[in-house]
Amino acid sequence: MTKLVTAVIQPHRLDDVKSALEAAGVHGLTVSEVSGYGRQRGHTEVYRGAEYTVDLVPKVRIDVLVHDEDAGTVTEVIVTAAQTGKIGDGKVWVQPVDDVVRVRTGEHGAGAL
Amino acid sequence: MDFVLDTGNTAWMLTSAALVLLMTPGVAFFYGGMVRGKSVLNMMMMSFGAIGVVGIIYIFWGYSMSFGSDVLGLFGNPFEAFGLGSVTDTDPSNLLAANGVPIFVWIAFQATFAIITVALISGSIADRTKFGTWLVFSAIWVTVSYFPLAHMVWGGGFLSNSADGLSAKIFGTTDGIASVAPIDFAGGTVVHINAGIAAFVLAVLIGKRKGFGTEPLRPHNIPFVMLGAALLWFGWFGFNAGSAGAANATAGLAWMNTTVATCAAMLAWLLTEKIRDGHATSLGAASGVVAGLVAITPAAGALSPVGSVVIGLVAGVLCALAVGLKYKFGYDDSLDVVGVHLVGGLTGTVLIGFLSTTTGVFYGGGVKQLVVQILIALVAVVYSGLVTLVIGLILKATLGWRVSEEVEVGGVDLAVHGESAYESLGARILTEVK
Repeated sequence: MTKLVTAVIQPHRLDDVKSALEAAGVHGLTVSEVSGYGRQRGHTEVYRGAEYTVDLVPKVRIDVLVHDEDAGTVTEVIVTAAQTGKIGDGKVWVQPVDDVVRVRTGEHGAGAL
Repeated sequence: MDFVLDTGNTAWMLTSAALVLLMTPGVAFFYGGMVRGKSVLNMMMMSFGAIGVVGIIYIFWGYSMSFGSDVLGLFGNPFEAFGLGSVTDTDPSNLLAANGVPIFVWIAFQATFAIITVALISGSIADRTKFGTWLVFSAIWVTVSYFPLAHMVWGGGFLSNSADGLSAKIFGTTDGIASVAPIDFAGGTVVHINAGIAAFVLAVLIGKRKGFGTEPLRPHNIPFVMLGAALLWFGWFGFNAGSAGAANATAGLAWMNTTVATCAAMLAWLLTEKIRDGHATSLGAASGVVAGLVAITPAAGALSPVGSVVIGLVAGVLCALAVGLKYKFGYDDSLDVVGVHLVGGLTGTVLIGFLSTTTGVFYGGGVKQLVVQILIALVAVVYSGLVTLVIGLILKATLGWRVSEEVEVGGVDLAVHGESAYESLGARILTEVK
C-alpha cells in the first residue's frame, strides 16, 4: 500500500528538506509554490505611510508518495529538516492513497513508486 | 541688435531641452509603477498623451502666449508667432538672444516645460479617468493655466520683475524694474504649484477610486518607480542647470544645488518614514528624490549649496508628512501630486525668502523677498486652482471624467486601450488572429 506525505514548509528550508529526503532514500517528489496562513498570519507593508496587511504568505508545498512502512520515517525527516522553531514552520500530513499508476509503463500500486 | 551665435551656450541649451523632454517618460515610469498592474498602461499613456498634445500646441499659440507681447500682464498675444513661421533670433521674446542662443532652441527648451507640467497632474487621477477627456483637458489647461502663468512669471507679466507687476506695486521700482524681483528660477510656481493645485482640484472633482481607504491599492512595480525617479533626477539637470540659459557658473551652481537638495530630501524622507512607520522604504527614497528636486527648482540659482541642503531637508520631511493628508481629509490624490509637487513647490518658493544669498532673511536681506515669494505662490495657487475648477466642471458636464465602475474594476488598460501590460492579466491568447 501507498501513502501520500504532504508538507507545507518555509520556502528557505526547501533545499535542506530535499537533501534530507534524498539521503533517506526518497527518489521523487513534487514541489509547488503556494501561499496561505496559519498561526503566523500575514505581514504588513507600508507604502508612503499607508499600511497594508498582506494575509497570505508564500510557502512551499512538497508531495511525496511512499510505501506504507516508510511514511513515519519520511515525515520525521521532513520535520527535522524543516524545523526552525519559529511560528510559520508549517505542517506535514499523511494520507492513504488508493492507487498509483506509472504513466510510462502502466504499472499499478507499490511497483509504480 | 545683431545676433551672434554662441555655440557653447547653444549646445548646452539643446542638451538641456532634450534632458527635460526625457523627464516626461520618466514621470510615466514614476507614476506607472505606483498604480495597479491593470492600469499601468493608461497611466503611462497620460504622460505620452501630454507630450503629443502640448508639443503641437506649443508651436501654434503656446510660445506666443508665454513670451509674446504682454496683454494685461496675464498672457502674451496668442497670434504673435502663431505656427512659428515668422520668428527670428533677434525677437524680443528670445530671452536668450544675448547669450547667443537661437530662438528655436529657446522655444524647444520652453516647450518641454509645458509638457511635463501637464503630465505631472495625471498622478492624482490615476486608474479612473477617461483618456479622451484627459487629452482635451491637457489642451485647454495648458492654454489657460500654464501659458498665462509662464507669461506672468517669466514672460514679463504680473508676477515678474516688470514695473507693472505685483512686486513693483508693493515695493516700488529701481531703474524701471521691481526693486525686489520675485525669484522662480526654474518653475516652482509655474510648474509645481501650478500642477499641484490642479491635481488637487481634479482629485476632488473626479472623486475617489473604488476602494480608496478600504482596499489595498498598492504600487504594482516599485522598480519602475525607482527607474522613473532616476530618469527625473537626470533630466532635472536640464530643467535647473539649463534654466541658467547658458553654459556658465550659474548653471554649475544650479547643478550642485539640485543634487545636494535632492540627496538631503531623500535622506530626510527616509528618516521620517523610519521614525513613523519603522521602515525606510525604496518608494520613500524615490519620493524623497522627487520632493527634493521639486523644492530646489525655484531656488537653484539663488541659494548656496548649504542653503540647498536645508531646503532639501525641510522638503523631505514636509512632503513625507503631507502625503498622509489625503487619508485624513478624504480626497484621493492617488499618487500624491499634492503632497509632493504642491507642498514641495510651496516649500521651495517660500524658503527662498529666507535662504536667498542676496535678499534672504537669513542673509540680512530683510523680509521683502519673503513677502514677495509668499505672494507669488498664493497668486499661483488661486489662479491655477480657479482655472482648473472651471475647466474641470465644464468637462465633467460634457465629456465626463470617469470610466464606468465596471471598467475601473476590470482595469482601464483593457477597456480603453485594448491591451494588458502583463501576460498574467489578460486572458491567454489562444489563437493568433491575422
